[in-house]
Amino acid sequence: MKIKALTAIAALVAAPVAFAGGADDDKLVVNGEIEMVTKAKAPAHMENVDEVISGWHFRTDETQALQMDDFENQGMIFADQGLDAWNTVAGTEDKSCASCHGAPEDSMVGVRAVYPKWNDDAGEVRTMAMQINACRTENMGAEPLKYTSGAMANMEALIAMQSRGLPVNVAIDGPVAETWEKGKELYYTRTGQLELSCASCHEENYGNYIRADHLSQGQINGFPTYRLKNAKLNTVHARFKGCVRDTRAETFKPGGPEFIALELYVASRGNGLSVEGPSVRN
Amino acid sequence: MKTLALSLTAILTAGIATAGEVAPLDVKYDEYGAVEQSLTGVPGNPENGAKVMVNRGKGNCIACHETTVLKDSPFHGEVGPPLDGVADRWTEAELRGIVANAKMAFEGTVMPSFYKVNGYIRPGDGYTGKAAKSEMLPPLLTAQEIEDVVAFLMTIKE
Repeated sequence: MKIKALTAIAALVAAPVAFAGGADDDKLVVNGEIEMVTKAKAPAHMENVDEVISGWHFRTDETQALQMDDFENQGMIFADQGLDAWNTVAGTEDKSCASCHGAPEDSMVGVRAVYPKWNDDAGEVRTMAMQINACRTENMGAEPLKYTSGAMANMEALIAMQSRGLPVNVAIDGPVAETWEKGKELYYTRTGQLELSCASCHEENYGNYIRADHLSQGQINGFPTYRLKNAKLNTVHARFKGCVRDTRAETFKPGGPEFIALELYVASRGNGLSVEGPSVRN
Repeated sequence: MKTLALSLTAILTAGIATAGEVAPLDVKYDEYGAVEQSLTGVPGNPENGAKVMVNRGKGNCIACHETTVLKDSPFHGEVGPPLDGVADRWTEAELRGIVANAKMAFEGTVMPSFYKVNGYIRPGDGYTGKAAKSEMLPPLLTAQEIEDVVAFLMTIKE
């Protein structure tokens, strides 16, 4: 800890950025009423981490504050656009989402918390994005939304926010076990010319700075995420793609089997944390 | 012959190895991961080495290693050990080996290998996210840049 303290002092002298080192101890309560679990005992399947920590703890106080009030959270603007889409009739069946599901605050509570999950009829692991598109194509007769598009992120934000404060609870056994194992394997695979895996940064080095970036655990309980960096709502697979690209690797396709498996695995590493989407990060 | 053919490919695709340089596939690491022989035979330029270390598109060493003498460049990381006094702890040969391919000295280290051209999983074309255009990638640093970085590191004494 002494080294960390010295690092922090050195950094403060050199640059106007607070090098906190590690996760902070702040408390996340949204709108003064939704109490978020942002630190929890790691799920039993995690071998190298004792405590799971929301990415919120690795951000500055200023960024953290933006998520504590829905009027400050830019992600909520996109959730509102998602609500407009929810109520809009699209496709050959003359239906909107609301035609079958009513109000999202009634029908979508808890949905975000359990995805990705097994779909028995389709015989596949489905992400929430896949389920949204299955609903559109099969029930509405509408075109699917592009996997990482703004329209998809908006709809995901609308659905995620109905579960805010509920614990992520993704199943990893039974029919999804094989996919989960694939996701785990990918998590630990060191890709690209920089030969970095997800674990290299987000398991071995969370809490450390890499250049100006404070490394988090790479949890996805806050997705979709409004990033100050690109001033838009970001989907999980778009973020995965960016991370793999930054290892100087050939990325995987958003919506493809590799990222579906990785999403299942990474989501399960957040079991016990609250759903935060749409969250705010840098 | 296979090694020779591969080396030639590396030279042709990477386009950086010139006469007198040790190509990435020909570097001789000892059992502790040290490299005795200069990669170029040309003495390293420490001033350029310092530039390579802070340049995000080159070594970007300070992304992970805090280094007091380079504090004019902002944002030093904490992922790897601080480099203050590094020349007191390692020999030139050891530092050359660590910069060229740290995995030879430290198995499983997260440190990228800066003088390596193949053996990657899903190698990309730089930071484009697209597949690499050739089987052999250009190394992250040239032989002379490695020598320059090593020369600079050798000046960092307590």
